[in-house]
Amino acid sequence: MTMQREGMLSPYRVLDLTDEKGLLCGKLLGDLGADVIKIERPGGDPARSIGPFYHDEPHPEKSLFWFALNTSKRGITLNIEAADGQEIFKNLIRNADFVIESFPPGYLDKLGLGYSALEKINPGIILVSITPFGQTGPYKDWKTSDIVAWGMGGDMAPWGEPDRPPVHFSHHSQAYLHAGADGALGALTALCHRHITGEGQQIDVSIQEAVVHCLEHITSNWDFRQAFAKRGEARNPTVGHQTILIWPCKDGWVSWSHGGNSVLAPSLPLIKWMQAEGMSNAFLDEFDWNRPDFARIPQDEMDKIDEPTAKFFMTKTKAELLEGAVKYGVMMYPVATTDDMLENRQLKARNFWKELAHPELGVSLTYPGAFAFSSEIPISITRRAPLIGEHNQEIYEELGISRDKLLILKQAGVI
Amino acid sequence: MTNKKPFEGIRIADFTWHLTGPFTTKHFSDLGAEVIIVESRRRPGWRRGAPRTGSNDQNCTSKLSVTLNTRDPRGLDLVKKLVAKSDIVVENFAGGAMKRMGLGYDVLKEIKPDIIMLSTSMQGQTGPYSSHPGSGHKLTALAGFSNILGWPDRKPAWIAAYTDFIAPRYAILALLAALEYRRRTGKGQYLDLSQYENGIQFMSPLVLDYVANKRVATRMGNNSAYAAPHNAYRCQGEDRWCAISVFNDEEWRSFCKVIGKPAMAANPKFGTLLARKENEEELDRLINEWTGKRSAEEVMNLMQAAGVAAGVVETGEDLMEKDPQLKHRGTFTELEYPGDVGKYRTQAGPHFLMSKYKYELKVAPLMGEHNEYVFKGLLGMPDEEFARLVKDGVID
Repeated sequence: MTMQREGMLSPYRVLDLTDEKGLLCGKLLGDLGADVIKIERPGGDPARSIGPFYHDEPHPEKSLFWFALNTSKRGITLNIEAADGQEIFKNLIRNADFVIESFPPGYLDKLGLGYSALEKINPGIILVSITPFGQTGPYKDWKTSDIVAWGMGGDMAPWGEPDRPPVHFSHHSQAYLHAGADGALGALTALCHRHITGEGQQIDVSIQEAVVHCLEHITSNWDFRQAFAKRGEARNPTVGHQTILIWPCKDGWVSWSHGGNSVLAPSLPLIKWMQAEGMSNAFLDEFDWNRPDFARIPQDEMDKIDEPTAKFFMTKTKAELLEGAVKYGVMMYPVATTDDMLENRQLKARNFWKELAHPELGVSLTYPGAFAFSSEIPISITRRAPLIGEHNQEIYEELGISRDKLLILKQAGVI
Repeated sequence: MTNKKPFEGIRIADFTWHLTGPFTTKHFSDLGAEVIIVESRRRPGWRRGAPRTGSNDQNCTSKLSVTLNTRDPRGLDLVKKLVAKSDIVVENFAGGAMKRMGLGYDVLKEIKPDIIMLSTSMQGQTGPYSSHPGSGHKLTALAGFSNILGWPDRKPAWIAAYTDFIAPRYAILALLAALEYRRRTGKGQYLDLSQYENGIQFMSPLVLDYVANKRVATRMGNNSAYAAPHNAYRCQGEDRWCAISVFNDEEWRSFCKVIGKPAMAANPKFGTLLARKENEEELDRLINEWTGKRSAEEVMNLMQAAGVAAGVVETGEDLMEKDPQLKHRGTFTELEYPGDVGKYRTQAGPHFLMSKYKYELKVAPLMGEHNEYVFKGLLGMPDEEFARLVKDGVID
């Protein structure tokens, strides 16, 4: 057994059976110090075929998607559909606290490994199930994908341009990350409950519902006003004019909205900055930013505010806009790209980035670091993502399976 | 089923303001913790300023409210007395604000040695940008999300305060882990969370793509690198859409059967994923012709029955009035708030169902609704002193 760094969740063991839909859950528990064992099918998890890849070489040991979501886990291979595999899994259950899975509802039950079976082996076990729509209900057997989850979760209809379809985030699934995080919240909530009741239970995460938990304005807008925002820049029927939310600047874009004296978008700090650089004008200088009807000012007045603002932004780079926003207290941020982030002064000052060695590739890669800084005990990545079956010997020997038996199981395709 | 609540006996002093903060404490209040919002009538804040926006009604369910003027030393003293009886303190002011109020972790730790204090701000409590005030609406741009949302030939799209829905998940997780650590060691701690750093966690594969390959991720509309068709398709009705995604040959054959063109499955233009990616625009046109004659619900039902992932691009109305799955799960709860708000619906704090505990939400509190309960009951304040502090505007 390798030495585990002491973490907030050190005493706990997690068995992670998830595919791409739930990988983040185990990573989070691992970063908090739990002993997380990623259980992959022999040959490796299909999520290893998801890009991007290190040096663009599609290879199961080079998926950057896999690297990002499997830190702080050890890895074994096990075929839980084989009888020997099921016996080994049941053995692992005896000393585990959590099982995380993202199989279709009913799959584990069919294998005799559902919650009621696991509970008999270990009454404290907490089973976290992450599925497209939940364990029960009319859609429980339906399929999902990121775009389907994002659409059915309601976080797509208002975003994008009026002349094109609604859009969702490009690249890897955001929906699955929310669901994975929600699985981790469920796991630790059930652990709290276990301390009171002495029993484990099943946590039922729906990926659709995880996306619904990314909304507030959309549901309250409907509930209180039977309204929904249309795609495009005029965000709200109560706003009397069109304005700009994402503005071009010298080398990209910046996110800013004039709001008069609104708490969430006060205009005056920006005007002061423009004045300091001689880029304001008489109209802006004399404008009453405290006007209570700012949200409904006529279009020609809004244009008179927006035009000099747009000109000002075009004289600035993203980096200059960020520095100025901080200096003048403007609630505005540039649209950062991934290369901007790596250079960000604040993140460097906070030692946010974490270098992680990948000896097999002969490199170190820079990862997003801790999600929180603790005064007491570090939260951080404890190890790089496991290679396929990297810890088979270590973990199976812990279970008391002899090398001879391991050899048999390997040839039989169980591990 | 048990009636023992997961967070029975846990008390949280809640100094949070809008979105991330209230979402964080709502997880605990809806599951049985006693969450006491400390607010002030003098500075009611965004949450109270705009009735029927949801910010208070939806995000403060099952919480209690006290009103205090913390600029008065007697008010500050009451906050400290409350902290002495609390397990957790949560705040989401701009970086450094609690310290300036005289309520930094070093002070609170003196009062309650095992206190768990969590601060969640835009950019964290340290570093050159720590005190910069901001909101998730703009931070979504800084954390890289705006640049990967929208069409490659157009500017980045807008998606409101997206990072405000990532940050609370990390804040809740940190608090749950800290509670566990305290149970084991007896130690409290201070937790410093940056919404910016929380957001970047959800960008991590793309960060690695830059680190390893120097590729800067940008927006691809609704395209997927390894699926086609993969888009939202226009359906019958005003601005109605159904998302459809096809990842493999089996799904592709099923898809072609559903649209009544089984022969298309083997058409050289569309027969393989590579061919479909090559001719994706033409494919999308053909699909839009078919979906345009049907309702979004019909398209979804036909596709799902054939094993193809598809779903209505739901509006607030779809989510709250129509979706049978969300109804089945009880995703929205109706509550009634006194006065001009009336009946309203909200999501639960916990983002999951538990097999052995069913949570019930209580309506969000009126301002100062629990002053007597907290000050007289919990802190044991005599009636005369309570009356005097109300008269002096300390309990405002």
